[in-house]
Amino acid sequence: MGFFDRISEGLSRTRERFVESVNLLLDLGPVVDDDFWEELEATLIMADIGAPAAASIVENLKEQATRKGLENSAQVLEMLNDQIAATFAPGGQEILDGEAAVVLFVGINGTGKTTTVGKIAKEKTDQGRKVILGSADTFRAAAIEQLEVWAKRADVEMVTRERGADPASVCFETLERAEAEGADLVLIDTAGRLHTSDDLMRELKKVVSVVRKRSQLPVYLVLVIDATTGQNGLQQAREFNKALDLDALIVTKLDGTAKGGIALAASHELELPIVKIGVGEGIDDLRDFDPHDFARALVGDFGQEPTEE
Amino acid sequence: MLENLSNRLQGIFSGLRSKGRLTEEDINAAMREIRMALLEADVNFKVVKAFVARTKERCLEADVLDSLTPAQNVIKIVLDELTALLGESSAKLELGNRIPAVIMLVGLQGSGKTTAAAKLAYRLKQQNHSPLLVACDVYRPAAADQLQTLGGEIGVKVYRHDGANPVDIAREGVQEAIDSLRDVVIIDTAGRLHVDDAMMEEAQAIKEAVQPEEILMVVDAMTGQDVVNVVEAFASAVDFDGVIMSKMDGDARGGGALSVREVTGKPIKFISSGEKPDSLEEFHPDRMAKRILGMGDMVSLIENAVRIQQQEQEAEEAEALAAGNLTLDDFITMNRQIRKMGGISKFISALPGGDKALGSGQVDEGALDAMEVIINSMTREERQKPEVLNGSRRARIARGAGVSVTEVNQLIKKFNETKKMVKKMTAGMEQQMGRKGKKGKKGKKRPRIPGMGGGPMGGMSMADLKRLQDMMQQ
Repeated sequence: MGFFDRISEGLSRTRERFVESVNLLLDLGPVVDDDFWEELEATLIMADIGAPAAASIVENLKEQATRKGLENSAQVLEMLNDQIAATFAPGGQEILDGEAAVVLFVGINGTGKTTTVGKIAKEKTDQGRKVILGSADTFRAAAIEQLEVWAKRADVEMVTRERGADPASVCFETLERAEAEGADLVLIDTAGRLHTSDDLMRELKKVVSVVRKRSQLPVYLVLVIDATTGQNGLQQAREFNKALDLDALIVTKLDGTAKGGIALAASHELELPIVKIGVGEGIDDLRDFDPHDFARALVGDFGQEPTEE
Repeated sequence: MLENLSNRLQGIFSGLRSKGRLTEEDINAAMREIRMALLEADVNFKVVKAFVARTKERCLEADVLDSLTPAQNVIKIVLDELTALLGESSAKLELGNRIPAVIMLVGLQGSGKTTAAAKLAYRLKQQNHSPLLVACDVYRPAAADQLQTLGGEIGVKVYRHDGANPVDIAREGVQEAIDSLRDVVIIDTAGRLHVDDAMMEEAQAIKEAVQPEEILMVVDAMTGQDVVNVVEAFASAVDFDGVIMSKMDGDARGGGALSVREVTGKPIKFISSGEKPDSLEEFHPDRMAKRILGMGDMVSLIENAVRIQQQEQEAEEAEALAAGNLTLDDFITMNRQIRKMGGISKFISALPGGDKALGSGQVDEGALDAMEVIINSMTREERQKPEVLNGSRRARIARGAGVSVTEVNQLIKKFNETKKMVKKMTAGMEQQMGRKGKKGKKGKKRPRIPGMGGGPMGGMSMADLKRLQDMMQQ
């Protein structure tokens, strides 16, 4: 259970808040009426889970409650945990833990792409894989230097060019080096960009198509989302997905925020699996994602002990 | 920015407007929708609750419901309450009397502190201050390099001391400013989580050491419901003086901006949007509230235009334009000015109803460039007198610009439409503002902009706006 405890610790704030709200809900009385559903939906929205995902959860719960003839709100809330876990899209293991692959990290500014790439490089190198890093963030001041520090920590090779260089050419060179060196995991950091910036999204499309054309290994695109982001996280995920056809999500900074529900919203709507979650600053604080653990950590085990696993 | 929220609220209001009389039930329904719109915009739950309760109470007062235009009154109340939520008056940067004045920036990781520090330095430099940037982020790899690079780009000196502790660096930075005769010190600190006690203590220690005149918290406009906990924690730990909302150029609905003030009582002082150093603007609550309600932000747009005008404006141009004698050269000038003001999207979104128009179709920024290429392939005579453009001239221009003749024809058609519209707008302006004999330094922008925005919908109808937008597109 060490792993669960870890996430659990990171999400404890989320859980406390959530349990608090749920307790408030229970104080409304045991009757399952329209007010109850409405408040439940609002509670989920407040956890940044988002209106569509919240509606879907509530709808499902409502249906089950009717079918099973549940009248007690405590019983309904017990089902919530499972429901949340089932809302996450499954899959994604092949990206970081499968065959040799190229993984590009994209996202808006300041979500923690560079840090995430650095941490994954370290983790995978320690697991015995041959990792090579590409620093295609040639835009932000000192982004290359930042990744370089991580490359040294992980003791892996990093390919880059000077600031302002064409990011596509950095990717090209990275892939060449990776082939020459026989690397089996190529991690490429890209510059942060707002999904509303057409020019920068076009640039990214070009970078991705260069990588897809050149690479002999499968190419995966991972969107890094900051957990403190509210509903705009969903919009980001939508736009990036529309432009690039994403494969998975990584949610960072889950330790600081009281919520983290945006992870659920994005995964649910776009059917993208979450492959890692960041729960702290330490090099070991980038964790594998498990929907049941996450749901349990998010909702807490009020009422009774969770029956699952 | 904020356009989604703005769209939702405008939808709710047009529903109200269509009703002659409002019943209590209508108000309740509208308030439920407003509540949902605000929640979806990431406005904090508690803030939404209080806001809706206050607004509802005022709307249900008898004199609102029984008035002749109840919907107008409801909108007015929402506007009032929204302005109150954002802060009654604009809060300025307070530099105090001490030299050097010290400004300290704090915030979460990735909120944009380092970028904001550089933008603030640039802004102060433009105001004839002599700032010094101090790099106190010793944790994130290469953070000091980032600040140094940005400082180099805007020509502001950066003090760094790698390996030292942040409190000492801050103190040394202030000393450095005294020694090198600089009057403002901007301290960029490391990103820290509000729940990280050790890091929050460090921020307090830096504050104790340098006694800043201003502590500004940088808050990402995209922050969700958690923004309340974050700003509360920072307020109690370092008692910051104001907020810089960053990443306002995204499509976040800005709920954070709407919550911060209500929760902490701390004003938003600046909004930061974009990558360029000059994209830090003062925050005006009243204008923002109007903008959210789709009433446009003409004042900011005009200010923006004036700023650009002051740099370069020829009086004749203005006269020519006022008389409707638009030439293709003016067309290029307009194009360039629009770009300076932040591109078409920004321009249109600041117009009343503009966000709504923008929402219906993606504006193609590239269209202007394509136009410029075609115009540049014309001779001087052709540009001054577009009527001489016959078939063979058009074919030559198309070859020169590498486009088809159809595209040249389209451009000329658009140009003629614009000419008509400018005439119309000028007329509209004259009606509203009375005949202005002399064009002041605001010159050319006058006939164009105030004509559009005189009233809530000004001399320009939505249809005109659509046409303007269509023209900008292909």
